[in-house]
Amino acid sequence: MTRKKRRLSLIGGALAVLAVAVALILNALRDSIVFFSTPAMVAEVHIPPGKRFRLGGMVEPGSLVRGDNLAVRFEVADGSAKLPVAYRGILPDLFREGQGVVAEGALDPSGVFEADTVLAKHDETYMPKEVADALKKQGHWKDDYSKKPADRAGAQAAVHAVQDGQGVSQ
Amino acid sequence: MIAEAGHYALVLALALALIQSTLPILGARWRDPALMNIARSSALAQLLFVALSFAALVTLHVTSDFSVVNVYENSHSLKPLLYKITGVWGNHEGSMLLWVSILALFGAMVAAFGNNLPLSLRAHVLAVQAWIASAFYLFILITSNPFLRIANPPIEGRDLNPVLQDIGLAVHPPMLYLGYVGFSISFSFAVAALIEGRIDAAWARWVRPWTLVAWIFLTLGIAMGSYWAYYELGWGGWWFWDPVENASLMPWLAGTALLHSALVMEKRNALKVWTILLSILTFSLSLLGTFLVRSGVLTSVHAFATDPTRGVFILLILCIFIGGGLSLYALRASTLKQGGLFAPISREGALVLNNLFLTTACATVFVGTLYPLALEVLTGDKISVGAPFFNLTFGPLFLPLMIAVPFGPLLAWKRGDLLGAAQRLMAAGALALVAIAVVWAWARGGSALAPLAIGLGVFVIAGALTDLIERTGLMRVPFRSAMHRARGLPRSNWGTMFAHAGVGVALIGIVCETTWNSEYIGSMKADATAKVAGYELTLEGLTQRQGPNYSEMLARFAVRLDGRLLDVMTPSKRNYPARASSTTEAALLSRGASQLYISLGDTAADGAIAVRIYYKPLVLLIWFGPVLMAFGGMLSLSDRRLRVGAPRPAKVPRALQAAE
Repeated sequence: MTRKKRRLSLIGGALAVLAVAVALILNALRDSIVFFSTPAMVAEVHIPPGKRFRLGGMVEPGSLVRGDNLAVRFEVADGSAKLPVAYRGILPDLFREGQGVVAEGALDPSGVFEADTVLAKHDETYMPKEVADALKKQGHWKDDYSKKPADRAGAQAAVHAVQDGQGVSQ
Repeated sequence: MIAEAGHYALVLALALALIQSTLPILGARWRDPALMNIARSSALAQLLFVALSFAALVTLHVTSDFSVVNVYENSHSLKPLLYKITGVWGNHEGSMLLWVSILALFGAMVAAFGNNLPLSLRAHVLAVQAWIASAFYLFILITSNPFLRIANPPIEGRDLNPVLQDIGLAVHPPMLYLGYVGFSISFSFAVAALIEGRIDAAWARWVRPWTLVAWIFLTLGIAMGSYWAYYELGWGGWWFWDPVENASLMPWLAGTALLHSALVMEKRNALKVWTILLSILTFSLSLLGTFLVRSGVLTSVHAFATDPTRGVFILLILCIFIGGGLSLYALRASTLKQGGLFAPISREGALVLNNLFLTTACATVFVGTLYPLALEVLTGDKISVGAPFFNLTFGPLFLPLMIAVPFGPLLAWKRGDLLGAAQRLMAAGALALVAIAVVWAWARGGSALAPLAIGLGVFVIAGALTDLIERTGLMRVPFRSAMHRARGLPRSNWGTMFAHAGVGVALIGIVCETTWNSEYIGSMKADATAKVAGYELTLEGLTQRQGPNYSEMLARFAVRLDGRLLDVMTPSKRNYPARASSTTEAALLSRGASQLYISLGDTAADGAIAVRIYYKPLVLLIWFGPVLMAFGGMLSLSDRRLRVGAPRPAKVPRALQAAE
């Protein structure tokens, strides 16, 4: 086999694998990405029930209700709108009322957000990036949500994800 | 005083690095051995000063000197000594100092053990190494100085993030950095070869051990980090396709490809240009990983820093080194001579296939990790790309690779016999079919693909053993002489066997854990019993306990199987007052390679506690596989061929070739 032929066959093989990879990526990007939304965005844009997305905002103080068998309900607010959230499972260590939260799931027909994953933060001074950005954009950002700039170097933020049974088996 | 000394030592290290990055290159141009030899002494001195600087920071943390910002923000006088030390790299500034310390360590090792390298190659390699070092010293000194003082020192520190107060932090970051930074050596060698315009099989022989060292540490570092996340974060997952995890997986995939292509180059003097490119890409991905983790562009489990100036600085370093490396490659790669020929069906061909799939898989991870960032910058849309994306892209690409793994070592160099290899793999294939049938018959529930995937894992393991059996002639010659042959086999053959078998072992673990994981989530009161996978777990009671810098609530679970008491598990919930935060300490009970896992949730008003219990079948294989791979790497490293190093050049002093 000549050098030229060998090189052509190599390039051909490489292109074939690349084409497969591109097809896989495009296919996966169509089906498996999840958009981020705040309650105000949910109110504006109609999101069909069953479509998965990530909901971010502050846990409305006083809204947390614990039911039987680890069921919890709470409201996520972003200053201009609120959305009720239902979740079954163990909430992350640093889930607290009045603080930032990101939940993943879908709306049910009655407009309640059924979360199967709740992410919360590990540091009381830290807010999930998406939530902070969204609140800033809507003009609801208060400086005391974030650390003072001088402290920021020490911010050790870690998002803590919790998945319950639904989250794992899906 | 100590802080100032540490700061000063770091500045001196920068000065040394600047000298090391210029004079040896000039020396190589002017063929001045004295100037070229500066590289060696300055690399060793650099290590000394960085080590002093690092020791200074450790001392400050151990003595709880809260007049230093870094110590104040990340330490607490009551913190156990171990965590005072590991806390040094549990924060941005300290971890960058660890990064440069390891970089200096690798540079000094090339200087110390590179006596058989041609003088000009060593000078160039160490100079490139010093370019990287200078950039990162500047980064630390300008944007992330760990030695800054506070005007009015506080009495007590703010403590380390409780999640990081774990033995995992002692091991995971240093391992990972040894891997990341270790790839800087192959990068420096590649750039040096491009500058010199000369590359040969001996070059690959020098590069391969360094790549292997970095790869071993990175493999162990990733596995360790995965196990740490598994037991510390309390929700039983071991891989989340989190951008920070992907940041370490990408250099691993590229590094694995590099390891294999360097083999072709060393043995057959082929794939030179590709090997050089891979060396540059692997370290570029390491730098990208550092950027992703250290710049705060991500918010995820491990990303600590949130200062944009740092991000821009690292991005600049990233652009200079990746852009510079690739430009140099584009300019000079064509001057490198072509190597040996081979047929598509040959050992080389198999290794090319390996490279093709590994780099493509790496590219899909790259897209999945960076696409959300790019989309956010371009359109402002926020999306998350999670496990489903990677399962749909990475998985299908890894599958053909796994099928091909056993064939590679059985094919001859230059021109292989695929049919012959397939015949020799008949036994392995039959074993895999048996495994599929057995799993199919036994398993209840789960995906229909799971038995097939387990069969693939068995095929990979059996295929690795087949290679060894073939080489020793175990089935053909008397047992005694086969044993004799086995002892005589090069260690790198054993290394290949263990590393490839490790891939199969890990695959089996992953499939079993994800398919047959059973769990119980519920709230339990005292004396309540939960049943998981045949085990009965009874909550015997809750007790409070005081730790050094936390208070803890322990739950006692008695574990019974068929009514017989096996053991007691005590998961706990810790509260760290210094940060007003709490962590969940999961309890683990190993049953063979399987594990029971309990973590606690909130306590309700009526005294019931939320409990999550998992039974994870064969979960330990997930980490045992990488350990086998790393062990295989170590065997390869101890191979005589690499230990002895490249044959010395002929006595005639090698005339330096002109740059063109």
